[in-house]
Amino acid sequence: MRNAFADELNRLGDEDPRLVMLSGDIGNRLFDKFKATHPSRFFNCGVAEANMMGVAAGMAMNGLRPVVYTITPFVTTRCLEQIRTDVCYHEAPVTIVAVGAGLAYFGLGPTHHACEDISFLRSIPNMVVICPGDAFEVRAALRASMQQDHPVYIRMGKKGEPVVHKGPIENFQIGKAITVSDGKDVCLLSTGNMLPETIEAADKLKEQGISARVMSFHTVKPLDDACLSDAFDRFALVATIEEHSLIGGFGAAVSEWLVDARISNRNFLRFGTPDAFFKKSGEQEYAREMLGLSGHQIAKKIVHSLH
Amino acid sequence: MNVAVRKPATQAEASALKLRAAQLRGKIIEMSHAAQAAHLASSLSCVDILTAAYWQVLNVNPERPDDPLRDRFILSKGHAAAALYAALAMKGYFPIEELDTFCKDGGRLAEHPPANLLPGVEAATGSLGHGLPLGCGMALSGRIKGETFRVFALLSDGENNEGSVWEAAMFAAAQKLDNVCVVVDYNKWQATARSNETLMLAPLCDKWAAFGWDAREIDGHDIGALAEAMQRVPNGSGKPVALIAHTVKGKGVSFMEDDNNWHYRAPTAEEVVKAHKELGLA
Repeated sequence: MRNAFADELNRLGDEDPRLVMLSGDIGNRLFDKFKATHPSRFFNCGVAEANMMGVAAGMAMNGLRPVVYTITPFVTTRCLEQIRTDVCYHEAPVTIVAVGAGLAYFGLGPTHHACEDISFLRSIPNMVVICPGDAFEVRAALRASMQQDHPVYIRMGKKGEPVVHKGPIENFQIGKAITVSDGKDVCLLSTGNMLPETIEAADKLKEQGISARVMSFHTVKPLDDACLSDAFDRFALVATIEEHSLIGGFGAAVSEWLVDARISNRNFLRFGTPDAFFKKSGEQEYAREMLGLSGHQIAKKIVHSLH
Repeated sequence: MNVAVRKPATQAEASALKLRAAQLRGKIIEMSHAAQAAHLASSLSCVDILTAAYWQVLNVNPERPDDPLRDRFILSKGHAAAALYAALAMKGYFPIEELDTFCKDGGRLAEHPPANLLPGVEAATGSLGHGLPLGCGMALSGRIKGETFRVFALLSDGENNEGSVWEAAMFAAAQKLDNVCVVVDYNKWQATARSNETLMLAPLCDKWAAFGWDAREIDGHDIGALAEAMQRVPNGSGKPVALIAHTVKGKGVSFMEDDNNWHYRAPTAEEVVKAHKELGLA
């Protein structure tokens, strides 16, 4: 996702003179091309995220389209008040791009884990929250964010994730989930970098004769009402799948939606991270296994729930 | 915009500025009484800075508050909103009568300045340490777009407690934002204690200089000196400018000066009359 972001940023920088790139002293070599092509529109803001976010808001208030980028906790919770007050309260069209969301940087330890950011950011008025499912969704989300007159948060994984879509997504719309594969028994709503695990879960279910629809539910705010209505109307089971805390994340947002829509007695499962810090070392795959978030584990729990 | 830079060349003009400052103080005291609102003393300490800015320095036109080439003035110490509102109203951004709605239900004049609601208010402030990063962003955007406006940010001394102020200070110096000017309203008090007994600010001017700014101390009640220093931004040093303005909290009213109870206290009707007399407004 990371390299797709940098590449799409170059293209957009060529097309849109309002685009300005702010980095929190990361992305070594990642932005070399952008820096070479647009030296006056790249700023390494140092390890000073509160200032970086305020600077971005000030730029956006004067007609530019800043993109602010660093590792997820530092570009979200570290400068949360600047996001809330400087960016969102002023309706400043800043695009915040986080790398290493969820458990993507599990090996770096809990300081770098990010399983609370959706919860914080989706509660702020005027904020849009997008969790792209693969590199093509990253490109489409970044492109769409430049067309918005409001703040946008784009929550990326790391680099090298499996690419799900066959090519560029022509009709990407913020707030409109994408059907990755159709099915008739259960509906799997995946957000962000859990899309490959969700597809694996669907494959495992198929082996057991269960037909699963897989949706890339890339926009957590605003929710796709039509998609949710249809899912809870037609399927025997609906599951939300995310690499984020069960508190306040995508599954929580759908739970809120269900209560407000007065829908009950439906088989609804939420997959996400528990209310805990994870101190042990290891990589993302280890973490997903430990937390029951691997595709085969998701499938197993769904089968169990259906019987 | 081509508004000529003015200087208080004459004695008469200097007297007029002093009268303007007295009128602002009188109005702010009325507003504090009517609304029973806090932060009166914080508002009074920065009146001369606002007078110099709005009536001597800023290239602004109240009839065109969104002019892209206007100078930006950010009241980073948002708790002095009453002073900003009074200055904006007297400058002509909105009717003076609207000041009577300060803190009233459904009005535009909240106790801290709002976003995208009131002409002349460049940024919603009130949480300290936000105005300078915003101002740096505005200044950089001006550089990118080829706009030559200046950015002034008025900070409180207590606000210098915030780490984001110093992040922005290092950033502005690295980016050589010589069209940015910080004025610190150094009244030696913060909300509940002496500033230098809370977090050690001193030597405050040296700190700003050490962070790469063209920093100097100034009498924060000398409108002429303030105007001259602010007019010279950018001053050719290639550095952002910091004016450490020595002020008196509650300035202008003997029974409020340097008495920190007036950070939160609002005056009675009798005290308003007494204050107005001292300001020569009665």
